[in-house]
Amino acid sequence: MTWKRIEYTGWGRALTAESEIARPERLSSLTKLLAEAPGPAIGNCRSYGDACLNDGGRALQMTRLDRYLAFDPETGILHVEAGATIGDIARDFAPREWLPAVMPGTGFATVGGCIANDVHGKNHHIHGSFGQHLASITLMTPKGKKKITPERNAALFKATVGGMGQTGVITSAELKMMACKGDIITVTERRAEDWDEHLTLLDNSRATYTVGWIDATAKGAALGRGIVEEAETGLGLVPPRKKAKSVPFDAPGFALSSPVVKLFNTAYYRRVPDRGRTLVKPITDFFFPLDRIHDWNRLYGKAGFHQFQCVVPLASAPELKEMLELIAKAGLASPLAVLKRMGKGRAGYMSFPMEGYTLAVDFPNRGRAAQVIAELEKMCAAAGGRVYLAKDSLATAASVAKMYPELPDYAAAVAKADPEGIFTTDLVRRLNLRGGAA
Amino acid sequence: MTETWIILGATSSMARALARAVAARGDGVLLAGRDMEDLKALAADCALRGARVAEAIAFDARKPNGFKKIVDRAAREEGMISAAVFVGSMPPQSEIDADPALIEGTVNDSFSGPAMFLQTLAPLMEERGGGTVVGVGSVAGDRGRIGNYVYGAAKAGFHTYLSGLRNRLTRSGGHVVTVKPGFVDTAMTWGIEGMFLVAPPSKVAEDILKAVEKKKNVIYTPFFWRYIMLIIRHIPEPIFKKMSI
Repeated sequence: MTWKRIEYTGWGRALTAESEIARPERLSSLTKLLAEAPGPAIGNCRSYGDACLNDGGRALQMTRLDRYLAFDPETGILHVEAGATIGDIARDFAPREWLPAVMPGTGFATVGGCIANDVHGKNHHIHGSFGQHLASITLMTPKGKKKITPERNAALFKATVGGMGQTGVITSAELKMMACKGDIITVTERRAEDWDEHLTLLDNSRATYTVGWIDATAKGAALGRGIVEEAETGLGLVPPRKKAKSVPFDAPGFALSSPVVKLFNTAYYRRVPDRGRTLVKPITDFFFPLDRIHDWNRLYGKAGFHQFQCVVPLASAPELKEMLELIAKAGLASPLAVLKRMGKGRAGYMSFPMEGYTLAVDFPNRGRAAQVIAELEKMCAAAGGRVYLAKDSLATAASVAKMYPELPDYAAAVAKADPEGIFTTDLVRRLNLRGGAA
Repeated sequence: MTETWIILGATSSMARALARAVAARGDGVLLAGRDMEDLKALAADCALRGARVAEAIAFDARKPNGFKKIVDRAAREEGMISAAVFVGSMPPQSEIDADPALIEGTVNDSFSGPAMFLQTLAPLMEERGGGTVVGVGSVAGDRGRIGNYVYGAAKAGFHTYLSGLRNRLTRSGGHVVTVKPGFVDTAMTWGIEGMFLVAPPSKVAEDILKAVEKKKNVIYTPFFWRYIMLIIRHIPEPIFKKMSI
């Protein structure tokens, strides 16, 4: 059969949709679907909120169109179908000394999803966003297939990269891969005792890959403490990982309650010795640490969770510290919190990155979480920052319009590419990204 | 040892998973089917995963005069020649009830076409003194049921054919694995109600390769279907004929 009626969610599981979903296995089936019953494309639904949802409508799941179409070992350009995952590409090409130039925090993200969210990775401060490493994107609409490049189709390209799938179905892309030394990675971990030291370590890092884990429960003098990881790829032999484990059921609420998280975070912080340490790991362990536990989102229980991720300009570091104070006081945060310095790199009108600091914190979907996030959103907007649409499920149209000054250019390009609105999703409706009557 | 696989019905997701798995170990793949655009994409994919040779080649189970050409192409490769058959068609039983002529095509796609192909290939395999035939049948072939007994009958015929072919190829060092998949997550089963314990195509490919290495004769994949079918086959006919499972 072509269609399957499914109730599904984004990775955060806080928002739900029921849609008719088709999963074409061949390009010819996709062409037929777009002509007869078009809808927005979705991948592995690893965005957290409603970017992949189309409640009451249709969606085309692209995960079976996942083939490598061509690779040039001279230039490192890989032509790949949109359903291929970043993790598979990394595993298959790292032994040949090539990696996707930018890799998000999960290897399950598809190429199409990485483009549509213009994702960033732990090397953003040097290499910028995913969309900056594309030679071309192939888009399909009911009118047919079209290959677009940043040079020849500037507006459409900028509305597609970071554009949440509104300009058409991304069927394939040419990725400019990056040379690496091999499929292992050397990771140096250092403790940052407080906020100031954490920022200093991030500011001074010269490593290719840098990220800070932050203890979002620490208060007072310890506020902002964490572990800064710096890494470089290398060549060598490390034992392969055991098979991934999975979370077989929704965890009860106390699993991530405040005292448990506090204990966990303290232990996690202290596991790195005071003087720091250097480890050698398979690359996937460093880039996709949580992929080792399948369905880890079930740890948050049935109600799911929200991730708040924002970026603020460098000069707004004090405001970001205030936001962290609010989070620590609220006592709702989970162990998963990340601080990172970003560079300027972005490739689309609606791309998230700006030069500054980005903070990402998970909140179980309960109690005051939504109010705290609303407060954080206000503080972020006042600090001249923006929230990440790939993670968001709570922001309002008015504040997103302020955070994304190029929204009118985006809406204009989308209106031209998809005048009938066939690729509209729940996120686009909620945030009124296409403009016009809300 | 050098090995080249002819994969019939290579556009199916189970076939794609097997093609990728043998490509990754450096075997050659000749990808046979009807949708040439799709097969070419798969050939590129297999080549990039390590296949020694990867080519798209036209195959239509209903056009036996094209079979010889595929065998001749395989003969140009050195070493062992193996084949994996994933073709078959399963029109809804209600459509067959309305138009009995559909039986011919179902039997052709699921049994006589692939059997004629394998019959054309067998002498080459005997000459090389080895190789494996993977024949994908179905649990539906284990007992005729009201829901899809024409498809089931065609697959049952194919199972019997494979058993005979195994008997023949063993003499020259070859082997035949009969694969009976249960519910697999493919375009064929997508959205059909009542599916349970659905296996991903990659799991089926993994099971097939293990069976090829261990020279198993008949496998169910996932394995528990052996027991499900054991029960279903042993329900006494007076009771079974009144059931609709």
